[in-house]
Amino acid sequence: MGRKLLLEHINEPGIQTFDVYRKRGGYASVEKALKTMSPDAVTEEVKKSGLRGRGGAGFPAGMKWSFIDKKSDKPRYLVVNADESEPGTFKDRYLMEKIPHVLIEGMIVASFALGAKTSFIYIRGEYMYIVGILEKAIQEAYAKGFLGKNILGTDYSLDIYVHPGAGAYICGEETALLESLEGKRGNPRLKPPFPAVAGLYASPTVVNNVETIAAVVPIINIGGDEYAKIGIGKSTGTKLISASGHINKPGVYEIELGVPVDEFIYSDEYCGGIWKNRRLKAVVAGGSSVPILPADLILTTAKGEPRLMTYESLADGGFLTGTMLGSGGFIVMDEMTDIVKNLYTFARFYHHESCGQCSPCREGTGWMEKILHRLHHGHGKKEDIDILVDVAKKIEGNTICPLGDAAAWPVASAVRHFRKEFEAAAMAHSHAELVA
Amino acid sequence: MHNEWRSTKNKQLTTKGSKVDIKFSSEALATANKIIARYPQGKQKSALIPLLHLAQSEFDGWLSPEVMDYVASLLSIRPIEVYEVATFYSMFNTKPVGKCLIEVCQTSSCWLRGSDEIVDHLKKKWNIEVGETTADGIFTLKTVECLGSCGTAPMLQCGSDFHENLTVEKVDELVEKLKSKGERSSYLKSLVNS
Amino acid sequence: MAKLTIDGVEVEVPDGTTILNAARQIGGALVPPAMCYYSTLKDTGGKCRVCLVKVAAGSAKDPRPMPKLVASCRTPVADGMVVQNLTSPEVLEARKGVVEFLLLNHPLDCPICDQAGECDLQNLAYEHGASTTRYEDERRTFEKIDIGDKIQLHMTRCILCYRCTFVADQLTPGRVHGVLGRGDKSEISTHIQKAVDNDFSGNMIDVCPVGALTDKTFRFKSRVWFTKPMDAHRNCTKCSGKVVLWMKGNDVLRVSARKDQYGEVKEYICNECRFDHKNVNDWTVEGPRHIDKHSVISQNHYEKIDLQKLKKEVERQLEFQKGRQLPEANATLNS
Repeated sequence: MGRKLLLEHINEPGIQTFDVYRKRGGYASVEKALKTMSPDAVTEEVKKSGLRGRGGAGFPAGMKWSFIDKKSDKPRYLVVNADESEPGTFKDRYLMEKIPHVLIEGMIVASFALGAKTSFIYIRGEYMYIVGILEKAIQEAYAKGFLGKNILGTDYSLDIYVHPGAGAYICGEETALLESLEGKRGNPRLKPPFPAVAGLYASPTVVNNVETIAAVVPIINIGGDEYAKIGIGKSTGTKLISASGHINKPGVYEIELGVPVDEFIYSDEYCGGIWKNRRLKAVVAGGSSVPILPADLILTTAKGEPRLMTYESLADGGFLTGTMLGSGGFIVMDEMTDIVKNLYTFARFYHHESCGQCSPCREGTGWMEKILHRLHHGHGKKEDIDILVDVAKKIEGNTICPLGDAAAWPVASAVRHFRKEFEAAAMAHSHAELVA
Repeated sequence: MHNEWRSTKNKQLTTKGSKVDIKFSSEALATANKIIARYPQGKQKSALIPLLHLAQSEFDGWLSPEVMDYVASLLSIRPIEVYEVATFYSMFNTKPVGKCLIEVCQTSSCWLRGSDEIVDHLKKKWNIEVGETTADGIFTLKTVECLGSCGTAPMLQCGSDFHENLTVEKVDELVEKLKSKGERSSYLKSLVNS
Repeated sequence: MAKLTIDGVEVEVPDGTTILNAARQIGGALVPPAMCYYSTLKDTGGKCRVCLVKVAAGSAKDPRPMPKLVASCRTPVADGMVVQNLTSPEVLEARKGVVEFLLLNHPLDCPICDQAGECDLQNLAYEHGASTTRYEDERRTFEKIDIGDKIQLHMTRCILCYRCTFVADQLTPGRVHGVLGRGDKSEISTHIQKAVDNDFSGNMIDVCPVGALTDKTFRFKSRVWFTKPMDAHRNCTKCSGKVVLWMKGNDVLRVSARKDQYGEVKEYICNECRFDHKNVNDWTVEGPRHIDKHSVISQNHYEKIDLQKLKKEVERQLEFQKGRQLPEANATLNS
């Protein structure tokens, strides 16, 4: 059984409330950080821990914090990205709903390290019921003196506010999130300038995922070095994996990075194997944006080594034979899955969510959806497959933000690994023929 | 044709804005002012999305041009800045909706676990297409993208409530319950008390 | 100051200059096209992706190449930067792709579109596009509407460069139109029918790179290459009064602001000058406007050529090809 740094007490009755959470050691990291450490020392611990952004990009969190512009006299902000909209991902929802105080605690420590006096949680609008849970937790923290003026008698003061979105996946991209927080359309900004220099209200800002900030709590409690001992190589600590699809036990699992994929899918400790006694066909390992892999390549690398749940191992083979850990949205597909239709639901998603600013994504996502719609309904042509791959190639790398890449990678990988299915779809003359 | 955002076509061109006679209740106005106060001086436009949620909840679940003009006046911004935001985000309705907005997730994991069946069942049951409202004005059926419930798929959202691990039977039960309750669904139901 | 090379040609520009503007200093074929950037409107650029170039070396201090193609209109130069535009097959592939995307939902309206002959998209498609389309699915369509009584919006033709919204924000006291919707359902609109009648709103017609925003007073009057453009001016209290009169015989069919060789207006004009003075006697005519010989408008257009100016420009171009810069880098034929 792996170590549980975030979800250890998740099933304790009342862990949602401040009192039970505190009894279980909650807010100890705030006391440690504010009373015995300097902001830079906190950042050092996070750097030593090797914590990587848990939202999907995997960028080293400590390094991101160190980029914040300390010379500017503008106020600094920490903005927590709770926009979780990547298909297959539901770990942040689970964390915030069940144990909201770990996020609040992490935010206080992180804001202290960054020198932020005001911090926001940008939460997707569909999670409106969680806004109430978070606000209650925040009020409790204020009442107990962990938020507001002069926290725990130190000269550090912090206000935290919850800000809802209104239904836009693109607002999970950090600059689009900041635009939305400013009351505008969620159009990503060009980078540079980076948010660490000019972010919210053109002030130095760090945007981090919910889980990343929550992980700051165990890092301060046990120390960065201890945290780094868990995991393998540059994949340190624990990660929340959202497992869904055709498995016996879908749900959120906290794993030590380095668990073999084989074990994660088949062991009763985690997904419990494929449902209905069927066989594994394919897995999307890190949210819809990462390449899809067929069963053999998800369990072992192209070199024949067993694949592990780490950033490096999943990326082994690049985009030809590998994928990414991404957000940890682990979607499992059984042997009866229609890969063409599955890709169609992804293409439909990206088309719906494109902000429309830049031409490759705006036009290309619509084109890919339309081609896949025709292929799925038996109105496709053989040329469609090559056009589909070419459109994906022409979008990739040419867009303002990574949504274009996220729309292109599933298409390129699905056709690469399951070309025969697409060819069969292109040759069929009706949907009935395909399904028969 | 895609002129869906243009709510009045072929209307007489007018240089004056629409007449504003919409107002928040004093309760809602107090909430609105509390929200506006969270943001730094001069940055009250940040309150736009929360206020639009509030307005949508107060005024029959959708945002008419008059309601949007009112929100613009509360924040001292131009109406076009409100229209641009209201039409960008999926949760804002710029056309009237039924009392209960039923939003069924259709992406990936929900599709893998049978969301198509749920959508087809409701279409047949109510004799409407996706995006339409039942004849009695009670239910509007919408398909939406990933709602973060992949582990409890298939599912749907109605107001602020998530209804997960659905089967056709559970959906029928749910629909009956909602109909008999007769309440208008609102995203803010859980927040009204906070 | 920063020294960089673009397609092998060296140029020195002040720090903070964008790659596109540095290329414009050199001039000629290696200047990347730009559909959404507009030098006299702040914050434009970066959206259409037509100006993408390859940065093979980021700077002298850090000579690593940039991992993706960058938008030259919004990327500042660095000393020692090596930029590839036409010399990079990757860039040309990408540009072809972007042109294809821009034309995807764009209607084949050229035979009935007033912009034909002076359309940036036509020019771009001619240089970088394919002669046929692979797109066989349905295109998104909109009804055409009037924005104000002098400006017509054909939303089907719009490529969402956002320039018109910047004009409204920066040149007029209050913007009443904007971009509504999301993705490829985005549209320029006022949401409820509101008139755009601010006094400098007519400039939207000039900045629009395609035939989406057109002058209603000129609609269907003539093909632009059958008119003769003449530089003219009048005393105007609100604007510079410097315009181009598009004439047929003695009739003024259209009045527009003056665009430079990159299609950009440097001095905007007010609506009165643009719409209300169609009598040639209201103007002091300066003479035939210079039209580039590559433009279809130049056919049958006679003008007096200043041979000295021409000689200087040719010499300047030749020197640039050799990699050296002459002092009057900004002296062009269109000033």
